Amino acid sequence: MASAPPDTRSYGKLLLWGGASVILYALLLIFEQSILAWSSRGGWFFILPVMIAFTFSLVHGRFTGEFWESLGIRAKN
Amino acid sequence: MEALQFIQLDLTNGLYLFIVGFVGGLVSGFIGSGGAFVLTPAMMSLGVPGIVAVASNMCHKFPKALVGAIKRARYGQVDVKMGLIMGLSAEAGVLTGAHFQEVIKQRFGDVGSNLYVSVAFVVVLGIVGGFVMRDTLQTMRAGTAAEEKPGRLALWVQSIHIPGTMVYFSSLGTRISVLFTIPLGFATGLLAATIAVGGFIGVPAQIYVLGMSSLMASATELVIAFVMGLGGTIKFAWSGYVDIRLAMIILAGSLFGIQLGAIGTTYVKPYMIKLVMGVIMLTVMVSRALVIPVYLAQLQWMAPMEPATMTVMKNSSFLIMILALALGAGIIVFALIQGRRAAARESELLSPRPAS
Repeated sequence: MASAPPDTRSYGKLLLWGGASVILYALLLIFEQSILAWSSRGGWFFILPVMIAFTFSLVHGRFTGEFWESLGIRAKN
Repeated sequence: MEALQFIQLDLTNGLYLFIVGFVGGLVSGFIGSGGAFVLTPAMMSLGVPGIVAVASNMCHKFPKALVGAIKRARYGQVDVKMGLIMGLSAEAGVLTGAHFQEVIKQRFGDVGSNLYVSVAFVVVLGIVGGFVMRDTLQTMRAGTAAEEKPGRLALWVQSIHIPGTMVYFSSLGTRISVLFTIPLGFATGLLAATIAVGGFIGVPAQIYVLGMSSLMASATELVIAFVMGLGGTIKFAWSGYVDIRLAMIILAGSLFGIQLGAIGTTYVKPYMIKLVMGVIMLTVMVSRALVIPVYLAQLQWMAPMEPATMTVMKNSSFLIMILALALGAGIIVFALIQGRRAAARESELLSPRPAS
């Protein structure tokens, strides 16, 4: 059924990806000024914001997927 | 390049962007597009320069679209080939649209540019949104069981054979000429460069011109948005306009939203996607129509207007734009809750009962 409760492994994944996501956002805010200075230099430094965006989408995307899963909100089979 | 002023981030700003990002993501996950139009004005209302707001919006858009496309591909709703072909032609449309914007800005200044964007909003959303809404209401009147079938235009497009240009698309189950998909992708990009949401043309075009189902069209639009967003981000980041902090905070909220919106598509009837799109398009159209007299007065193309009246009209326009997003999100959440209840009832009926 669509709203069946998640198992322990699912909570493990939630904590793992959630922790990784929190670390990424903490690093972004702690090193805010340096990251902003480097990522807005222009030219070939365009790679920096693009790589940051890909990394956050991978990690935070997995976390948000696991988040809804842990609440039992998942796609209809 | 001139020195850019990046805003100071605090908790209130961050929460505001997170929430707007969440609602925008919810709408994008459901209809494939449409969540981004409010983000540029939302950032500008915090004091972010226009070009930085556009660039940062673009930079949150492509990773969001990537996550949404992967999620919906798992549900079998994405035609990657169609998304890539239309995405590449959309990229050309974005560059052309950006060029138009520059020419208009040089010729008529910021006010002229705002007027051009608002008129584009009203004309495109009025025509396409009106058509989508009319079709949705007809489907609803015909009964909820009505299936989506390609219309006359789509059947004609599918019947045309142009040697050397035919490509098979799994979402259509047939071959069509890329000479049809390329202009549609180009128009999608042109609109994206003008009003920030190409999907208001991309999704209806895939449904009504190519004959795709609403589910496939809205999911495939996420691939197009990814290609356009990545290209746009590279362009803006090359000039150093991206504020990566703003982009990632919006992304934090929008990824929660896009996952929920994508899940929502598996519970609802296909016409719900068109209903949400139509409601948002027509409400946004009203929002932009409200500011057109302000720009006309500023250009002295009509009688001058009191500054207080202009402020009221601009603020009302912004509030209606937020209302458009809130309405869309409200319908999605309501449809998701209804769909989950119906699925739970169905599951209870199908599960075997112990013999008494």
